[in-house]
Amino acid sequence: MTTSPSPSKPPHPISASPSASASPTPSPALSPPALPPRRKISSEGFSHAAQPTTAVSSIDISTLSFPDGSRGTFPSNAPGPVSVPISGPSATPNPSGYGTPTQNSTLGDASDAMSIMSLAAPTTRAQGHGGDLASLVAGGLNRKSRAWNMLRSQSSDAVQPFESIELGIPGNLAGFAREFDDIPDGNTDEVRMALWKSKMKHYMILSSAGKPIYSRHGDLSLINSYMGVVQTIISFYEEGQNPLLGFTAGDARFVIAIEGPLYFVAVSKLGESDAQLRSQLDALYMQILSTLTLPTLKSIFVHRPSTDLRKPLEGTESLLSSLADSFTKGSPSTLLGALECLRLRKSQRHAINNVFLKCRSEKLLYGLIVAGGKLVSVIRPRKHSLHPSDLQLIFNMLFESGGIQAGGGESWIPLCLPAFNNRGYLYMYVSFFDSELDEPTPATEPTPATEPTPATEPPEPSPPPNDEAIALILISPDKESFYDLQEMRTKLAAQLTTPKTNHLALIRTAARAGRPRIPSIAPGSQIAHFLYKSRANVQFCMSPLPSRPSSPSQDTLSDREGLETTLTTRRRLMSIYHELHASVHARHAHLRVLHAVASDAASLAWITPVFELYCVAGPHVSRTAMAQGANAVVQWARREEERLFIIGGGVF
Amino acid sequence: MADSNLPKPSSSVKLVLLGEAAVGKSSLVLRFVNNDFQENKEPTIGAAFLTQKCNLPTRTIKFEIWDTAGQERFASLAPMYYRNAQAALVVYDLTKPTSLIKAKHWVAELQRQASPGIVIALVGNKLDLTSDGAGDAADGSGEDGGEDSGDARKISTEEAKGYAEEEGLLFFETSAKTGYNVTEVFTAIANAIPETSLKTARGPGASHAAGRTEEQRVNLNGPRDAEAKDSCAC
Repeated sequence: MTTSPSPSKPPHPISASPSASASPTPSPALSPPALPPRRKISSEGFSHAAQPTTAVSSIDISTLSFPDGSRGTFPSNAPGPVSVPISGPSATPNPSGYGTPTQNSTLGDASDAMSIMSLAAPTTRAQGHGGDLASLVAGGLNRKSRAWNMLRSQSSDAVQPFESIELGIPGNLAGFAREFDDIPDGNTDEVRMALWKSKMKHYMILSSAGKPIYSRHGDLSLINSYMGVVQTIISFYEEGQNPLLGFTAGDARFVIAIEGPLYFVAVSKLGESDAQLRSQLDALYMQILSTLTLPTLKSIFVHRPSTDLRKPLEGTESLLSSLADSFTKGSPSTLLGALECLRLRKSQRHAINNVFLKCRSEKLLYGLIVAGGKLVSVIRPRKHSLHPSDLQLIFNMLFESGGIQAGGGESWIPLCLPAFNNRGYLYMYVSFFDSELDEPTPATEPTPATEPTPATEPPEPSPPPNDEAIALILISPDKESFYDLQEMRTKLAAQLTTPKTNHLALIRTAARAGRPRIPSIAPGSQIAHFLYKSRANVQFCMSPLPSRPSSPSQDTLSDREGLETTLTTRRRLMSIYHELHASVHARHAHLRVLHAVASDAASLAWITPVFELYCVAGPHVSRTAMAQGANAVVQWARREEERLFIIGGGVF
Repeated sequence: MADSNLPKPSSSVKLVLLGEAAVGKSSLVLRFVNNDFQENKEPTIGAAFLTQKCNLPTRTIKFEIWDTAGQERFASLAPMYYRNAQAALVVYDLTKPTSLIKAKHWVAELQRQASPGIVIALVGNKLDLTSDGAGDAADGSGEDGGEDSGDARKISTEEAKGYAEEEGLLFFETSAKTGYNVTEVFTAIANAIPETSLKTARGPGASHAAGRTEEQRVNLNGPRDAEAKDSCAC
């Protein structure tokens, strides 16, 4: 068999950037634009997508060598392919939609045995303090939360991922549930400092003069001295013209980003890679630019280097914190640098786009409809795209940080979208569609002809309100255009809710339906969760995350415990994705497929120029089964491409 | 016209809230519009636009409320909101002396630059944190008075009231948390808006009010107001 590591493989470094331009494919059609709402992908791109014949092979993660000499993707182009196709969809389309077992069976069990050994490294490290921490949390973690049962019910029997979470491994999650608790004021400084140090993730922002600007945990008076130490260390290397990028202390990784007069520090015990932490810091910087703009930030410090930036940033701490917390909880969107869209039929989205375009105000630059943080529709000028990092800031403001929604009414918000233009403000009109107002006949809500989803699917428990909130976002460069955009909203609301076609109800139904569930995507698959990123569209989709049980739980778990387990499970899942992502995007990695097994879960990453797929299953799921499941997900995503992703959007 | 169900004459009033950050502007609005209160409300970003009707014996006032963010960096946008406003609520926190200073600055700016006839109310919020507030709210919840000796007041009623009288402002002390005096503020403002001002705000033919395009736009959005106006005898 060809599954043993092959040293003859030509090294083809893949850039750490997800941009497909670095991909080794010879086809120019596959170097897609970096921005999401692009017009189209060439059909050629899809034809390549139709032939994902990458081999699944074992991999020794410690060396990242990979036996696939074909560079992964196209056996036809590959000189002497040593890879075994998972399936041959283009040659013999499989009516069932997923991989043919006969071909998969060639992968054999021998390779499985190898792969089980492959990711042993993380579990063997840091065993030292595992025991005592395990005893603290093991009970709670091993109990079955309703949320996880739901996730589990998506797949069949066998052992599910995270049935037992090994404590003491890197990314040890004992106490993760208390990560977001405030440090209470009442205690002595020693107690508060101990609490502060127990946090697994810290973000600090300070000026190059050493003035504290922001810290996720602990008020600044508590940690002022630490800020001073950080400033001294960074400045020392700065003066040496050899900036400090990061260092490790104990089990904490420190990553430093310097942006002009600002120092950003991330401290993580969660096992994220430097590149991942750096992109998180970058997002915090973008949030600051979004508040101030780059010229303002510069001029503040040019005139007075010792300025306390907290004053100009006043009121945005909650935005920084909600951003930081979404990273700490694990944000697929940030990890993949991509956006999530609401799954809608192509014709429905098209109709919404058209209504949107028809109502467009002259003053409009960008228009977005967003349901629960998922993009529904976007209209934009032909010349301009929207950048995912800008949208991340907007979504964070509207859906993660509660301020805008809680206030009610309509909002008019000056903000800078740094990736669009970091020099000036745009003005954002935000209005949430009130479900009662806009759905006059909720009883007779037209049930959209649903996709071929099995009727056996359990109804998703009603998600938290944020998952259903539908926001209209209208962005204009004109600060006086509020009333124009308000008028546009009125028109649009009327058009979206005509009795004949209640688009808004459709959107709400789709938002309520939640994320695509694995039983309907890959029936019988043992995969428990997946992330699928379409590289050309810079968008991703995934199955539902472990969510908090919202109905009264039958378990004896109290609400708090349920929430804690959900948080921890979700973090563990995201940690696996972070590890996979870091491995396949490491600077000199030339991986196409990575299969990793830990004691609590097995996982698979599959990278092609067209997509990135990451999935997780129980620890004993064979690689063959993973490959079948992965294949089924990819075929489903390709079939559903125009429902899952916004391709182009409305252009004017 | 003899129909007794005929709606009362109705007119729109543009009202702006100004004041230092975290004095409770949004909470006052939330109490007035939704009769609701949120602890630890997150700061407003930019400004929020809300509407609420206020029924007077003889007419209905539809407030179009601009709830502005109090942070310094938004100050330069304020003229956009108070321009053409017929009423302003300048809010301070009566447990925080600097907030009254800021409020005085806003009053001065409004008197200098806003519409000449603007009705300004000075509102000291967070009365629930004072001993007066504890007394007023005692019937509701027993949990108040938790502050040191139950009185965190730093600005006396006399001081603020004296200033308000000097400047010809309406004056109230309120608690958005308990709801005390909140509706009263808005009702008093509604009563204080001169009829003529209402006419000019609504009537497209108003000749003596220059630069009213924005308000006309507002009214275009409210066709029902236009109907009401037609049936208005005044």
